[in-house]
Amino acid sequence: MELYKLSTVELSEKLKNKEIDSAVLYTRLVERIKSVEGKMNAFARYYEKPCHLIKNKDNYAVNKGLYGLPVAIKDNICIKGKETTCSSKILQGFKAPYDATVISRLKGAGASFIGQTNMDEFAFGSSTETSFYGPTHNPWDLERVPGGSSGGSAAAVAADEAIVALGSDTGGSIRQPAAMCGIVGLKPTYGRVSRYGLIAFASSLDQIGTLSKTVEDAALIMNIISGKDELDSTSCDVEVPDFLEVIKGDIKGLKAGIPKEYFIEGLDDEVKTIVKEAIETLKKLGVEVEEISLPHTKYAVSTYYLIAPAEASSNLARFDGVQYGIRQSASDLADMYKNTRAEGFGQEAIRRIILGTYSLSSGYYEAYYLKALKARAVIANDFKEAFKKVDFILTPTAPTTAFKINEKINDSLQMYLSDIYTIPVNLAGIPAMSVPCGFDSKKLPVGLQIITKAFDEATIFKVAYSYQQNTLWHKEKPKL
Amino acid sequence: MKYKTVIGLEVHVQLASKTKIFCGCRTNFGAEANTQICPVCLGLPGSLPVFNRKVLELSLKAAITLNCTIAETMKFDRKNYFYPDLPKAYQISQFDMPLAVKGYLDIELNGGNKRIEITRVHLEEDAGKLIHTQKESLVDFNRCGTPLIEIVSEPDLNNPEEAYSYLKKLKSILNYLEVSDCNMQEGSLRCDANISLMPQGSNKLGTRAEVKNLNSFKAVKDALTYEVTRQQAELEEGRKIFQETRLWDDTAKKTISMRSKEEAHDYRYFPEPDLPKFLIQTSMINDIKKSLPELGHEKKDRFVKDYSLSEYDADILTSSKAMAEYYERCLKILNEPKEVANWLIGPVLSELKNLNEAFDSIKLDPRELIEMIKLIKENKVNVNTAKEEILPEIIENYKKTADVLKEKDILQVSDEAELSAFIKQVISENEKSINDYQQGKKSAIMYLVGQVMRLSKGKANPKKVKEMLEKKLEN
Amino acid sequence: MDVKYVAELAKIKLTPEEAEKLQLQLDNILCFFKDLENLNTENIEPLSHVLDVKNVFREDVPRDSISKQDILNLAPQKDDDFIKVPKVVG
Repeated sequence: MELYKLSTVELSEKLKNKEIDSAVLYTRLVERIKSVEGKMNAFARYYEKPCHLIKNKDNYAVNKGLYGLPVAIKDNICIKGKETTCSSKILQGFKAPYDATVISRLKGAGASFIGQTNMDEFAFGSSTETSFYGPTHNPWDLERVPGGSSGGSAAAVAADEAIVALGSDTGGSIRQPAAMCGIVGLKPTYGRVSRYGLIAFASSLDQIGTLSKTVEDAALIMNIISGKDELDSTSCDVEVPDFLEVIKGDIKGLKAGIPKEYFIEGLDDEVKTIVKEAIETLKKLGVEVEEISLPHTKYAVSTYYLIAPAEASSNLARFDGVQYGIRQSASDLADMYKNTRAEGFGQEAIRRIILGTYSLSSGYYEAYYLKALKARAVIANDFKEAFKKVDFILTPTAPTTAFKINEKINDSLQMYLSDIYTIPVNLAGIPAMSVPCGFDSKKLPVGLQIITKAFDEATIFKVAYSYQQNTLWHKEKPKL
Repeated sequence: MKYKTVIGLEVHVQLASKTKIFCGCRTNFGAEANTQICPVCLGLPGSLPVFNRKVLELSLKAAITLNCTIAETMKFDRKNYFYPDLPKAYQISQFDMPLAVKGYLDIELNGGNKRIEITRVHLEEDAGKLIHTQKESLVDFNRCGTPLIEIVSEPDLNNPEEAYSYLKKLKSILNYLEVSDCNMQEGSLRCDANISLMPQGSNKLGTRAEVKNLNSFKAVKDALTYEVTRQQAELEEGRKIFQETRLWDDTAKKTISMRSKEEAHDYRYFPEPDLPKFLIQTSMINDIKKSLPELGHEKKDRFVKDYSLSEYDADILTSSKAMAEYYERCLKILNEPKEVANWLIGPVLSELKNLNEAFDSIKLDPRELIEMIKLIKENKVNVNTAKEEILPEIIENYKKTADVLKEKDILQVSDEAELSAFIKQVISENEKSINDYQQGKKSAIMYLVGQVMRLSKGKANPKKVKEMLEKKLEN
Repeated sequence: MDVKYVAELAKIKLTPEEAEKLQLQLDNILCFFKDLENLNTENIEPLSHVLDVKNVFREDVPRDSISKQDILNLAPQKDDDFIKVPKVVG
């Protein structure tokens, strides 16, 4: 049996019932990684020996347990004692001296960790091409990108190099690669999952979420990692439902909104057709569909690319060669800073740091950063208004399917625009999921994005699960 | 030309919470380098701040007492700059929505009171400490994240003495509130001064210098006095005052320009996304108002009124909260305000000074001190014996008064039979003095009393001895 | 935008060629952002925290520190007790 092909929920059952042994599962997974990683480059590093392996017998009492099941972690979430680098040169050698809250929670539920997945440097990108470790390849077409920035997590899950993975989503970094790799990607509500131990990109937008083979797998992991954390002031004390239970709820009569601003110029024709078909499928399942308007959508990309780099410029200032990571020696302190940062950061990181520093600098703050914060309020309000009328919103996750490696790397704006459908959700702090909904003529996956109001992941899960129960897209596997 | 001096002070005060402002690390002074640290105060990648409730309470106590308008909503901001003692390369501080604004502090001057306006009080985290060696600098992160309030005054102070009085009053208040221990040597109270001169009668402020590295109250006074002279000399010789930072050199007793080492600053303040806003409810402010203790100057006025003490004595007794409270604990046992005050201000303080200890750290149980005073009143011990034999033992070695008495056998002798023997001996050995006395040189009696004291090894009751001697010699 | 000045603020060394290239790219991006000027944001409160969370505290309870050695081990340059940096002037 090719154990690594099974879903998290299936494997969790088998581990629980002692049908399989977690050590055997781990070994099989490592073998799989070894056989395809040469083509994929999905991992920044993986561990041939389990990192924190729970023996079967240890964890039978744990509710919602993982019983030693290995999870892949994006390279920006701290695992104690393990190198965590955001796939950047500047953090080479940084072994996190503490666990992120999601890692402690996963450990508590019996998870082990297979490795850390490749990503765009500091999550700056939509293609996983800006990594210090080189680009990750899309398992559906190795010449194409897996999306990004959690491209390593998405590709690993799609290529069965990981059972399930954690990623982070600041402007679409879970959903867009999930769509491009044909898997399920969830960005929870801002504040639903603790950010403690997630190396910050843009603190007011970042959120940890799941990349998984199925909707149920996402529910299983969300049951473990959600909820208020005393170490994160922005995590919310809101009741966490049992997502594996609510998933089964009926969707008949729920109202879906289709925002007209998401189906205009820039959206690939094939993607448009496939998403419309998915909407039709949901209609048949009893969902009522109406067109809505999110009138300020066109300002989202500008708003995002002012706010996110500004926060990033401050968050990344600590990488200065003093405490950890690499240092370029210099006799003078200022030169030590400047040389270290020039050497340690890649081009996109430098571009965003400069852009962000500028938008906060004296004389420009009002025109750029403050203006963007106001625009953010306007965009968030669009969603508030929409959710007065509908229960959830359906859109394409990305305007195109996976593009070719190097196709957009030299055109920042084109790259930025590939997040056009995912960015508004982060600005509004609300949850959204991408589920596989078909393939284009090149056999590249397309994702359907389901968006709800804050803390209503339950509705997302219901809709996505119903859709998945009635389609077979998620069963398709790339040939490697 | 005559000039008017204009001074504004920025005072940083470390708040007396057990733990840091955004994490659970302790803030003990003098801990081994880099031992009071965690991912949060080290700004390790992925760590996040969580605000200490106690810090808000302490800072509100201060702001309310300084008559400030308290913000309904306050927020934190990031102040971005690179420095090796600042691990995140930004300081979490407050920019446009600080804790409190528009307060005042009344200071006492020789000519009466003066009101000094306070611009704002805001919260921030402290940075670490750099130790400079010949070749490199070493970083100790212990102090990172220590909670501070910055109290900014309006430029209302017009000479170094006023600045000194302001600081002294501020320290007394924060001390009484138990908001801070205000120890300048340990850095829990730090002061930067902005100082400029303007021609008398003008209403246009002159260019100011910011003076830093003021590590004691005296340094503040000395540095400002120096600056007044320096700036006046510059102006009188037609030179320009630069807007610059100057460091006080306490050894050379002068300020030194830092102009050449300064870079342009653009702190790029923006709202701290990792910390939500804080609403400060009226109920919280009211609760704190109710809990505010009596302050130093209030205590002083009460001491003068209730205990008929002189202004001078009351001032010394209330110079620290510990001393004022100690005084009143003593009075509860023995209601002799003047007597107890004299003991505290005199012998007790000088003994502590010998030991180089502050009143806050006194370990003397008030009961033992009062026991000693009572012994004197009851003629069981004489004053000098008490000062020299008992007091050091009970202060320094924490002994009980009764035990010292036993150990040293210094109970005063008032028994007539016992004293008669000494007196007899003295009379027989001092014929000349007796003659002097009997011939009208009454002062000779004191010599004889002294001789009895010597024979009794200081234990004789001198008053009694004198009486007995007089009686004997009259006959 | 003055890329050289901003790079100085951000403490990143740029060669003249890099600075020139960045200048072009960023000017292009900033031009794209100009569109935001068309959005009327009068009377709109800036949104810095997307959720309405307020007054999140921790209590003043000490927690264990992490070991000095763990931190020193991460440092590029150190001695027994301290992290070393090039001499800071002033």
